Amino acid sequence: MADSLLSVDNLTMQFGGVTALSEVTFDIARGEILGLIGPNGAGKTTCFNVITGVYAATHGTVTFDGKPLAGLKRFQITKRGIARTFQNIRLFPDMTAIENVMVGADANHKTSVGGALIGSPRHHREEREGRDMAMELLTFMGIADRAGEAARNLPYGYQRRLEIARALATNPRLLCLDEPAAGFTPAEKQELMELIRRIRAQGYTVLLIEHDVSLVMGVTDRIVVLDFGKIIANGSPAEVRDNPDVIAAYLGVPDDAA
Amino acid sequence: MSLSDAFKELTSRPARTVSGVGERVGDMPRVARWSLIALFVVSLYLMPWWPEVPLLGWLVDTPGTSFEGVITDKVVIYVLVALGLNVVVGLAGLLDLGYVGFYAVGAYTLGVLSSQHANLPWLLCVPIAVAVSMISGVVLGTPTLRLRGDYLAIVTLGFGEIIRISANNADWLGGSRGISKIAKPPNIGPLKFGILDAKPYFFLGLTIIIVVVFFLRRLEHSRVGRAWNAVREDEDAAELMGVNTFKFKLWAFAIGAAIGGLAGTLYAGKVRFINPSNFPLQLSILFLAAVVLGGTGNMWGAILGGAVVAWMPERFRNFADKRVFVFGVALVLVMVFRPQGLIPRKIRKERWLANWKPPQRTPQFGETGTGRG
Ligand SMILES: Nc1ncnc2c1ncn2[C@@H]1O[C@H](COP(=O)(O)OP(=O)(O)OP(=O)(O)O)[C@@H](O)[C@H]1O
Ligand SMILES: [Mg+2]
Repeated sequence: MADSLLSVDNLTMQFGGVTALSEVTFDIARGEILGLIGPNGAGKTTCFNVITGVYAATHGTVTFDGKPLAGLKRFQITKRGIARTFQNIRLFPDMTAIENVMVGADANHKTSVGGALIGSPRHHREEREGRDMAMELLTFMGIADRAGEAARNLPYGYQRRLEIARALATNPRLLCLDEPAAGFTPAEKQELMELIRRIRAQGYTVLLIEHDVSLVMGVTDRIVVLDFGKIIANGSPAEVRDNPDVIAAYLGVPDDAA
Repeated sequence: MSLSDAFKELTSRPARTVSGVGERVGDMPRVARWSLIALFVVSLYLMPWWPEVPLLGWLVDTPGTSFEGVITDKVVIYVLVALGLNVVVGLAGLLDLGYVGFYAVGAYTLGVLSSQHANLPWLLCVPIAVAVSMISGVVLGTPTLRLRGDYLAIVTLGFGEIIRISANNADWLGGSRGISKIAKPPNIGPLKFGILDAKPYFFLGLTIIIVVVFFLRRLEHSRVGRAWNAVREDEDAAELMGVNTFKFKLWAFAIGAAIGGLAGTLYAGKVRFINPSNFPLQLSILFLAAVVLGGTGNMWGAILGGAVVAWMPERFRNFADKRVFVFGVALVLVMVFRPQGLIPRKIRKERWLANWKPPQRTPQFGETGTGRG
């Protein structure tokens, strides 16, 4: 695909005897919201982990913006423009919401020990810009009212949103969300999906893992379905919904019976 | 449970949200705040005269030893060491069990350059010694900071011992006899650094501490401090948020080593005679105890912890051979009743938030995203 931002090509990931991903190939076009769905243990999170450099793939390549990601460190991949959230929230618990987001913003900052020690103009400018950006993001996510509180003391819903704000602060081109609405009520889920649409409207490309199939139907442009580490469907929400393999995977019908 | 897990357990207790003295001072109007800080600093410079103050004098009394000697030979040095170790252990969350190694490198560099092999002046030797300590931190950190878990603890432990044993066996470092006639600081006006009056050394040490605190605060309130905290809280998440964790851990190590080395030069310049037995493993443990007792990750805690660990054994000299025992019991009691240390780490208070206004030209955060996408 000419306009693809990220290409995953023939990706295989094995953990000892377990094959978590098997010859997975898909593309994400610029500006789209791609849903990545599949039953428990299908390999969705593993796919994120390979893309963001947590695991080195057993086979296959990931290409971002025309350049392979192999061999890059995790923080370098983030600086290239891929940011993520975690299925199990992983904030910096004793840091305030603002500080959490500023850590993300620092990915684009250059001040180091020297600049901080002498209090260089760049240090002051970056601190100010980081704060402003963090406050804007918290406001956008609707959680600015508790910006000064420790992440550990925030309600669950705030923590989930804070993770998204922190990821956005790194100024990514591709935002990967791993079940961002897990544990939400249906109303909260709808609200979050609306937010994700607004994030896309700002020009971001989004890769969204979600368990709730009906939820992703409404928000995604395209859906990739994983089952036992293999892609079983890749198409528009309508196509995927009517795909017999997908129905079988979700209803737990054995392959041969489907 | 591994050693490093136990350490994480100890240092990852939730920070406190409650306001302490520091927060209350920070909330004060500017004039009141600075007056109070000035008053506090002045009273610190008057410390050699504390024993003459009623009540306070009884409290700080060090029976059998001169209080002046205790604060110059031990307190200022332990405080400086605790400040440096706190960067490594408290801010970046790295367990260093061989910190005495850097302290020894600083002391020995001053000894070698000002007495053993050359006669360079103190003022020239100290920056060199700090640089050498810092380099030793980088050399030790480069291979080890890539490892996780107990490796770092074990390797640093080994480092401290290697430094001591090497010094013991190297003739060019004076072997077990050590190095004597080490250079002392040059006289500054009325401050004469001799053997009769310890006060000039105290003033020098206190001044160095204040300068170090000033710069450490700047680091803490910057991208660097945030990166350290993020590494301590969740190293993997930090890396995935774009923090070059290795680079910042190495900085923590190097800065910690430099401060440890500086403390070593202060010590060697005061006692003017060092030998390998001045740098035992127990000292590393004692330094670590100072940081943990004071409050891991809180600079004021480290200062207090260093001071208490240096002074308390002298306070209890009356107990003779049970002195160490009493000291140990006191430490355990503190840890039972204040498990996060005397001055626990605090959640940062974002004072600017109250006055924050969106910037004039409201840049939609998406602007940048669109630009890159
Ligand atoms: N680090 C690992 N070591 C061993 N096996 C792993 C590892 N990570 C994942 N797996 C295995 O890979 C498979 C896919 O796991 P993964 O977490 O990617 O699934 P998932 O689609 O995200 O599931 P869920 O919806 O439950 O989050 C599972 O069988 C899991 O046990
Ligand atoms: Mg998962």
